[in-house]
Amino acid sequence: MYQLLKQIAKTGIVTEPAPHADEALRQLAQRLSEVVLRHFGRALAIRHVDAGSCNGCELEIHAANSPYYNLEGLGIKFVASPRHADLLLVTGPVARNMEQALRRTYDATPEPKLVVAIGDCGCDGGVFGESYASCGRVGNVIPVDVAVPGCPPAPAAILQGILTAVSAGAQGFR
Amino acid sequence: MPARRAAIEPAQLRSACESARARNERLVALWGSDETARSGGFALHLALAGRSGLAWLTVALAREHPRYPGIADIFPSANRMQRAAYDLVGIHAQDSPDHRKWLRHRAWPGGSFPLRKDFDLASRFPASDDRYPYVKVEGEGVHEIPVGPVHAGTIEPGHFRFSIVGEKILRLEERLGYKHKGIEKRFESMTLADGARLAGRISGDSTVAFAWAYAMAAEGASSTQPPRRALVLRAILLEIERIANHLGDLGYLGNDVALAFGFYQFWRLKEDLLRLCAELFGHRYLMDFVVPGGVARDLSSRGAERLLERLASIQTEVASLRSIYDEHAGAQDRFIMTGQVTPELADRLGLCGMAGRASGIGRDLRVDYPVPPYEQLDVRIATQTRGDVAARAAVRFDEFAESLRLIRALVARLEPGEIKVPLATAAGGRCGIGWTEGWRGDVLVALETADGGRIHRLHPHDPSWQNWPLLERAVMGNIVPDFPLINKSFNLSYSGHDL
Ligand code: SF4
Repeated sequence: MYQLLKQIAKTGIVTEPAPHADEALRQLAQRLSEVVLRHFGRALAIRHVDAGSCNGCELEIHAANSPYYNLEGLGIKFVASPRHADLLLVTGPVARNMEQALRRTYDATPEPKLVVAIGDCGCDGGVFGESYASCGRVGNVIPVDVAVPGCPPAPAAILQGILTAVSAGAQGFR
Repeated sequence: MPARRAAIEPAQLRSACESARARNERLVALWGSDETARSGGFALHLALAGRSGLAWLTVALAREHPRYPGIADIFPSANRMQRAAYDLVGIHAQDSPDHRKWLRHRAWPGGSFPLRKDFDLASRFPASDDRYPYVKVEGEGVHEIPVGPVHAGTIEPGHFRFSIVGEKILRLEERLGYKHKGIEKRFESMTLADGARLAGRISGDSTVAFAWAYAMAAEGASSTQPPRRALVLRAILLEIERIANHLGDLGYLGNDVALAFGFYQFWRLKEDLLRLCAELFGHRYLMDFVVPGGVARDLSSRGAERLLERLASIQTEVASLRSIYDEHAGAQDRFIMTGQVTPELADRLGLCGMAGRASGIGRDLRVDYPVPPYEQLDVRIATQTRGDVAARAAVRFDEFAESLRLIRALVARLEPGEIKVPLATAAGGRCGIGWTEGWRGDVLVALETADGGRIHRLHPHDPSWQNWPLLERAVMGNIVPDFPLINKSFNLSYSGHDL
């Protein structure tokens, strides 16, 4: 126990400042009202759905949970069920074998809801493209609010995508 | 790479497998191909690992009703591979007790075979029914819990069906294939040079292992000799990949036993390493570094020094984290005797790689068939015999330390020189094999070329194929709440398996 506490004390707080929203990532105009966004901005429940990634994007979502980024400190929490979620974070091209599961997850998520597509695959199908087995980009299957390019996008970029999704956008309110 | 290729008759297949099994050889991979345009029929391929290296056996099959005698009773891991070979190529394993589909769900109908040459990559089918006959477990007090494909945590999609009594798992049945995205078919529309990027994305956490195996296969098929410096750099990166994954998994093993401290500490260290990788190699996970003919970037001597410094500081911290884990009664209580695979079972069913070494299967390509630069390094294998979560954690700790030693030795052997040569043009009909020891286990890439520097057939094989069925066994008799921990301790690939 002593060793454990010593390690914690020695490490200190390593969290870095969060990135700002970036309007360039937005795919659909902000649909949610100021009131909703104000709530989401303080306590955002995210459900991750891997729709067919190579697992690279997942590595960066895990990394975003490391102490450098302190997601919980920003009010962001990953939840176990889409029914508890405000936002879906979707990785991968959508494998046709996952198409139905993704649609169902989207339908199970209560309104108001947001979708952030992660990675080049989520944005445009990436190296896997469209084929007999892949539907390509996430937007081909469910509406996408914000898309974050990168292969995979770094944790700060993922965080930026999430923060963009819950920011006012062109509506301009704060 | 010590590999030989042989053609055998369907009638010889079973006896060849039986004698291989008797010599303690293992089945590395099984796949099919469409040769109708070249020889008139189809083909079944097997890769077997023997004492002297890899044997690639090819069995020519008829054009009409292509079939061969099944071998899953000899090599149990062949079961799912035979089913996948049917789904994709339409070659049938006779007398096999399990003829259910495996990779095919809804995307294409039965009777269509994506890896046949007359099947267009861009084909679309209306989503078909997906009826899959799970094995029913009946008895008093038996309940079924279906989980997935979308899971509660950030993990890849798969379906797990537990049959339980009270809290105890009687049986687990896995269903995979949700991530099938047509990787093998896509390779066939690519040149050898283009394919490298895709190879590095078969399984994102093993990008170096796959990209190197791919490059080795492409270099073999085109008789290209990559420069020595490139080989040393590839090995440095393969060991970094092992370290990064082991750090992440050790963190999650802590997390799954309510020791969030472990997660935060190990993921902080992993992040430190990833950031340095981005600076030195242009990518946090080292994608697109290994290319056919060599590597894409050089490492300066200052860069190498920084790498060694960073690794030394990570090593000091991991040493104290290991003693914290070892002395943490709560963690050890959850780790020990949980999710056990005995050496006997591991041997019988063909457990391989890191999980195999935790169950006493002392195999490691870097030791058994060391390709340059490993032949100079005397890699020390890490093994345990208890085969439980604790053993898989211990192997990770030991391999972490050994990879550090190897990186130091490799940096010391980095001599000035070229890092890349142009990939020679391969004629059609050439073959190449790549085989590397990734962090999870041995990764294989088997390649046959088409004319014009293109790919006729490329089969990438992830060791998860062998190990997924053992996860079903490892959880038996454990309680359902320990499943995430046991699953994490194997950390198998879905994408690398589903392709
Ligand atoms: S964007 Fe890149 S890292 Fe993410 S799933 Fe696609 S290939 Fe993998």
